[in-house]
Amino acid sequence: MTTGELPGPTPDERDLPAGRRNAQGIRIDPEAEAEHPPERAVLSALVEHQPGVLAEISGLFSRRQFNIESLTVGATIEDSMARMTIVIEEPRPGIDQAKKQLEKLIPVISVRELAGDAIQRELVIVKVDGHDPDKVNAITDMYDGTTLDAGPRTITVQITGDEQKIDDAIDAYAQFGIREIVRTGYAALARGEAPTAQVTQPNQAPTEAQVATQEVSDD
Amino acid sequence: MSERASVPTEEADAADEDSADEQAAVESGAEAVVAGLEAAGVELIFGVTGGAIMPVYDALYEHDSITHVTMAHEQGAAHAADAYGIVSGEPGVCMATSGPGATNLVTGLADANMDSDPMVALTGQVPTDFVGNDAFQETDTIGVTQPITKHNSFADDADLVGDEVGTAWALANEGRQGPTLVDLPKDVTQGETDRAPGSPRTPDTYQPPERADETVVQDAADAIAAAERPVILSGGGVIKGEAWDELSAFATEYGVPVITTMPALGSFPEDHDLALGMAGMHGTGYANLAISNTDLLVGIGTRFDDRLTGGIETFAPDAELVHVDVDPAEISKNIYADYPLIGDAAKVIRQLDQAMPGAPEAAAWRETCQRWKREYPLDYEMPEDEPLKPEYVVESFDEATPADTIVTTGVGQHQMWAALYWEYTEPRTWISSHGLGTMGYGVPSAIGAKMAAPDQEVVCFDGDGSFLMTGQEISVAVRENLDITVVILNNEAVGMVRQWQDGFYEGRRMASEYPWIPEFDKLAEAYGARGFRLEDQSEVEETIQAAREYDGPSVVDAIIDPGENVYPMVPSGGDNARFALNEAQLEGLE
Repeated sequence: MTTGELPGPTPDERDLPAGRRNAQGIRIDPEAEAEHPPERAVLSALVEHQPGVLAEISGLFSRRQFNIESLTVGATIEDSMARMTIVIEEPRPGIDQAKKQLEKLIPVISVRELAGDAIQRELVIVKVDGHDPDKVNAITDMYDGTTLDAGPRTITVQITGDEQKIDDAIDAYAQFGIREIVRTGYAALARGEAPTAQVTQPNQAPTEAQVATQEVSDD
Repeated sequence: MSERASVPTEEADAADEDSADEQAAVESGAEAVVAGLEAAGVELIFGVTGGAIMPVYDALYEHDSITHVTMAHEQGAAHAADAYGIVSGEPGVCMATSGPGATNLVTGLADANMDSDPMVALTGQVPTDFVGNDAFQETDTIGVTQPITKHNSFADDADLVGDEVGTAWALANEGRQGPTLVDLPKDVTQGETDRAPGSPRTPDTYQPPERADETVVQDAADAIAAAERPVILSGGGVIKGEAWDELSAFATEYGVPVITTMPALGSFPEDHDLALGMAGMHGTGYANLAISNTDLLVGIGTRFDDRLTGGIETFAPDAELVHVDVDPAEISKNIYADYPLIGDAAKVIRQLDQAMPGAPEAAAWRETCQRWKREYPLDYEMPEDEPLKPEYVVESFDEATPADTIVTTGVGQHQMWAALYWEYTEPRTWISSHGLGTMGYGVPSAIGAKMAAPDQEVVCFDGDGSFLMTGQEISVAVRENLDITVVILNNEAVGMVRQWQDGFYEGRRMASEYPWIPEFDKLAEAYGARGFRLEDQSEVEETIQAAREYDGPSVVDAIIDPGENVYPMVPSGGDNARFALNEAQLEGLE
């Protein structure tokens, strides 16, 4: 037990520091822009090809409240590995955090954020009313699509491309009445020689480039 | 990360072969599980038996190398294993059957996950042919525990199950520690195999970082040396990473004051001149002023939990942050790190030491911190003939016991008094539930702590509410003849909730007061322990002496002043620098 000999100021009388931080824990420099608008990011992850991995990864995104736009998973040339392509929309600190949380999962072998010029493709299957087959075929041709099924009442087509192309095609088909639609979500690979996400960089600390990304986002 | 945990070496490979020779007698999956535990050096399991886990228990029948402690409830098994892991530095092991056995472990797993405590849980499961059919005592244990374990796995092959257990042990131990779980279907543990597991190892793809980037280390060292008001924030990672000697040497060499987070109590001796105690919601006034006014904060092994930071906006708002952590995902998660140093705490502190161009000129800052210590001492009033003060009980036990005495707690007001009014000078002497805030953690963790360190005294400070949740584990302490002392700081209420109701809910005390509670001293006697009732200041000394002298578990029911609340206090989301020292100041903050 002690007795205060020198009672300090009450909460309202104390000298308080003048600085502040934003919601991302970054010190606010009044000169600089502290807001981080959401961006779209494509993450490619190599994962162990085993039961439960998809649940583990989708669970991670859900419980940490990362906003997923699409998630696809498929086999690779290695039987033991699968590749996931995850498109998320988050402010920059959230994208970096999502990458780090992904890398931390034991069945995740490596993760990479793909650059804007990466090859990204999505496939959509659209079932439209078939009362005007010529017009439907014309639009399918225009978007380099394929007719998968044609009947007296419906025509089903497939279009492959990037987000913009697929959105445009869907808009074009809308005039006939779209009965059903399914989109696969994105598959993506890095452009050129650069490996997309490789085995030789397992669960490592962020690279200098990643740290640099963080710094860029602070500016 | 423990020194013993390391990437496989030639020695490990040699040991691998040795153990394979010794364990050639494996005949079943269950025996492989036990052999996997033996290969990891496991000597103790806390558990509760049941149907689906019976083959593993049966295999233990033959093995004298592993002792099994039957707990009253699986939650108790998990907390005991958790505390065993904290005190020993290596994973504690708990075991339960499928269904309710596994779900009863859940709180303990979540607790260990939040506090990065090394622990392995083994759960029985219905045979693989029954999985998914809602069989008797079937629960999707993997699904339930996925978000609250560092890693979990479903064993589907008797040949691999021994190694799988070893991998779970190694993953719990290496890098950022945490709980792992292996789900063991009955047909796999009953299945035939002659494959003896090797020594435990993590998957090749798991490579925790060791040393931080040299360039960032140099920049961080320069920033520390140039700081005017530097502070080190020592987190639980300093204890998990066994970096306390490095921390102490660094702080002393460069004259940097040290604040600890609650899990880090004992990582820096609190009787040291540079020690400022714990910061945060119920931190000391001086720690909270120091962390608010610092211009350079070195956070080591801390995840900047909201109970520490208070409102992010006002947390160390003028400080650049040097953040040392073994887990890259903690860097800039809550507070932006200007200097991210990813690696093992002890190694990174040594790197920083080598890179330091000199000591910061911080004499004036140290003097300011000392002044704050004089202005805002931890204080309480204790008029004679008044009800017993909990702070006095804690201080009296601290004075009566050796420095290496281990303190465990439940969660609530008693936990804060135990954190604030006991002087922690050695690592691994403070065992509590921090991140999850699990009431009932105290008694089972005292059992685990005592079994990990039989030569150290163990005192559990518990609340009456916490004791009601897991007090039945006293029966285990009696059976195992564990010389522990449980001190219930009894205010006949869920005191912390009541404090909040009085502070923030206009005194509407809904469900926080017990109209009637058991006489805990008699309850203890019924379990076979010694019970004491303590009501008066004048009896404190003799009661402590009698409880300590009794060779076995004793329970002291200390009837404390129900009006006593925990201060200092920063309201949730508040500004640490505006801590309140009493009710009047707290009201003024609203």
